[in-house]
Amino acid sequence: MRIGLVCPYSWDVPGGVQEHIRDLAEALIDLGHEVSVISPADDDSALPDYVVPAGRAVAVPYNGSVARLAFGPLSASRVRRWVKEGSFDVLHVHEPAAPSLSLLACWAADGPIVATMHGANPRSRALHVAEPILRSALEKISGRIAVSEAARTTLVEHLGGDAVLIPNGVNVSRYCKAEPLPGWPGEGGAIGFLGRMDEPRKGLPVLLSAFELVGAQRPGLRLLIAGPGDADEVLARVPAALRDRVVLLGQVSESVKVRTYHSVDVFCAPNTGGESFGIVLAEAMAAGAPIVASDLDAFRRVLRGGRAGELFENGNAEDLAAAIGRLLDDPGRRASLSAAASAAVRDYDWPVIARDVVKVYEAVVPNAAAAAIA
Amino acid sequence: MTPQVSLIIIALLAVAGVYISWRAGRLDRLHARVETARASLDAALVRRSSVALELASSGLLDPAASLLLADLAHDARSAQTGRELAESDLTRALRAVFSQPEFRASLEAREGSGELLAELESTAHQVFLARTFYNGAVAATVAARRRWLARLLRLAGGAPLPEFFEIDDTLTPAGMDEQGTDMPHLAG
Repeated sequence: MRIGLVCPYSWDVPGGVQEHIRDLAEALIDLGHEVSVISPADDDSALPDYVVPAGRAVAVPYNGSVARLAFGPLSASRVRRWVKEGSFDVLHVHEPAAPSLSLLACWAADGPIVATMHGANPRSRALHVAEPILRSALEKISGRIAVSEAARTTLVEHLGGDAVLIPNGVNVSRYCKAEPLPGWPGEGGAIGFLGRMDEPRKGLPVLLSAFELVGAQRPGLRLLIAGPGDADEVLARVPAALRDRVVLLGQVSESVKVRTYHSVDVFCAPNTGGESFGIVLAEAMAAGAPIVASDLDAFRRVLRGGRAGELFENGNAEDLAAAIGRLLDDPGRRASLSAAASAAVRDYDWPVIARDVVKVYEAVVPNAAAAAIA
Repeated sequence: MTPQVSLIIIALLAVAGVYISWRAGRLDRLHARVETARASLDAALVRRSSVALELASSGLLDPAASLLLADLAHDARSAQTGRELAESDLTRALRAVFSQPEFRASLEAREGSGELLAELESTAHQVFLARTFYNGAVAATVAARRRWLARLLRLAGGAPLPEFFEIDDTLTPAGMDEQGTDMPHLAG
């Protein structure tokens, strides 16, 4: 099939949706499909050959944080041209309710469209206000995919119509084996965190408070943080006595990221909301890290109700500190969580997920069998 | 105590009374000025978000830009807490939409676009002016209330201490306005 994928967020900035699209595109190519991706990106940035840049993204306030989106006349005309010249059997847009390329693509397209919803957005009023703007574009979507129950609920409540649930994929083979970073996890134990440091919903403040409690009792314990954000701002929130035990890697490459998951005794996902699946969680599971995560609905499901990772009360630093302490003291429990996580994550391996996505394509393309042969 | 001394004391007390009541009256006027300025500021902000919403639903913009503006204009209008943040977010979104390549060119031929953009720019400028005056009134009131006599005698009574309203309200990106004037029509 000729498949056009639309990415709403800047390709140059790491993020769950972008990685989802990259891995899906590569899995689809491996299955023998022709794939083109359009994404916000600078014209001169290094892109995989299946990605077409739609112009530079702009940082704007959106959905409670800052997102890099593309809109405006230039992006609109590039999307229109890409849709026209691509003559795709199916157009697969991601996060079509975000004010970016996916919405522009729905606007421009007239063939079969499949949409994937990633976010669980509890705010219905904004969507309600913008409903007339969205309706005409979203009405063209014939197949809908949600990556989690939470994303599906958002979709059903706000836009009507049901969606099939296909969870996020994770490239298990890329994560399962790696050397720890030099000197990690170390004698006194190590806790890991990965994600934007300056986005409150990623929950770093909760983890810092918990580290204050658990770090005070355990003199050798260190905290390893990987992700973009202002390092000084983070360190200022840590008591001076603990500061030299917090190590900030900043934004890391893919390979360092994989090694980070293998460098800690306990990996922590303290997200406070807005997360519909938690690609970071799935990656940590693929790496076999013992996990402590907040008890968001989406996390609870991915972690098999707590069998593949400890859950703590969302936002409660004391509960998180206690959970971390319990795991650090119990190597047997860590080993069993690690094994359970590695097993549970197989269901999310990309080749498995991509086949499910193709089934959705076939359901919306009028003569899918003919297209598959062509 | 001689009658002269009593008279002098009475006269001094009378002068002090008049002075204190004048100070209290002045504080009262300052609070009233803050309230009026606040009402103008609120009105200007509501006008700005209304025009932004109108632009979003005008069909002049692409759907993505429309959605972004509608979302943030609505947030700004309905924000109970965090109003400053919501209004600043709206400014940033407007600035992002306006600074898109070919933005003006794409609207040139469209009917009604000129008026709508001009109205939006004018309401945004009203916000800037109203906010400047409001913060000026707040600064004067806060300074007057900090004086020892006002604090000692609680001349402000139970009136809450007014707060500054700080938002990002410039539609032109920083560094682009080189005319050095706060009045955009003079810079034209």
